[in-house]
Amino acid sequence: MGDFLLVTIQVDMHDRLAITLQEDLTERIVNDRTRGVLIDISALDIVDSFIGRTLGNIASMSRILDAETVVVGMQPSVAITLVELGLSLPGIRTALNVDRGMDLLRESLERG
Amino acid sequence: MQPLAREFIAAVREAARDGELGDTTRAEWSRTRDLLADLSRERAAQGFSPTETATFVFSFKQAIFKRLRSEFGSDAETLAEETWTATELFDKLGLYTAEIYQKAREEVIVRQQQEMLELSTPVVELWHGILALPLIGTLDSNRTQIVMQNLLEAIVAKSAGIAIIDITGVPTVDTLVAQHLLKTVAAARLMGAECIISGIRPQIAQTIIHLGVDLGGVLTKATLADAFQVALRKKGLAVAKG
Repeated sequence: MGDFLLVTIQVDMHDRLAITLQEDLTERIVNDRTRGVLIDISALDIVDSFIGRTLGNIASMSRILDAETVVVGMQPSVAITLVELGLSLPGIRTALNVDRGMDLLRESLERG
Repeated sequence: MQPLAREFIAAVREAARDGELGDTTRAEWSRTRDLLADLSRERAAQGFSPTETATFVFSFKQAIFKRLRSEFGSDAETLAEETWTATELFDKLGLYTAEIYQKAREEVIVRQQQEMLELSTPVVELWHGILALPLIGTLDSNRTQIVMQNLLEAIVAKSAGIAIIDITGVPTVDTLVAQHLLKTVAAARLMGAECIISGIRPQIAQTIIHLGVDLGGVLTKATLADAFQVALRKKGLAVAKG
């Protein structure tokens, strides 16, 4: 979608899938010169510490590659789990839904 | 009172006809038990004391003893034996009423606690996309859990970008409560909503700092009005005189 990549996670994430996503995504960011990544996890209702950390890693990696990452549509149960696990993911930007996430990315691109 | 006593006596007589007086948990005593259970529940709800409730059963003792004495007056040994059987029976029934009474009271307490939990965590929508959560009363971990869940679910349902947690009604804040608040704020942020904590009273501000809790990453305002103003500004809205 324009300068942005939209990743929708539809299935339960397992560890290998998370690693594959991380690799594919970094690859695509470099190849397509992507400026922003939206990860939609609204269909995800189970999350563990590994997935949480991988999300954080993806955000840090894309920042190094000059792309903003916004995680959108996190379920309340997932948010509670991550916080209880001590993973408040301070480096990640978040939004309620894809639309808001897009707005956020556009804003930050305009600014810098 | 009298019809109830008559019914009770009838039930006891029916159960006692089979001759088993030692074990009131048997099936033939079920009518007696049901009768007493209804009575205890009713009295518990009406505010009688447990003594008053059990006295209903114990008051029959005197009458029964008198009857036994008139029947076995000359035979001391049988009289003693029968008296003992009757005492045992009525003690059991009396204790049963006390037990049911207590159970009924406990049910009331549990229900009230549940209601209080539900009542005490309302999430209100101040404006499109701005939620407020006025917290009142002491926060324990059980309640904070429910508060957190309610707030996060409301954020999804109303797709709200800003949530104001107002703690004007919270009398004390300890490390646990502060930690729970921070967790709620972090969870809301993960979902893409921003939290503002308002209504921090001077004493609570002092406590928080003395406890060494870091509220640095959280937007805090002194009053709900200030917080609302900030929320409106963040949405690009302003209040104008019409």
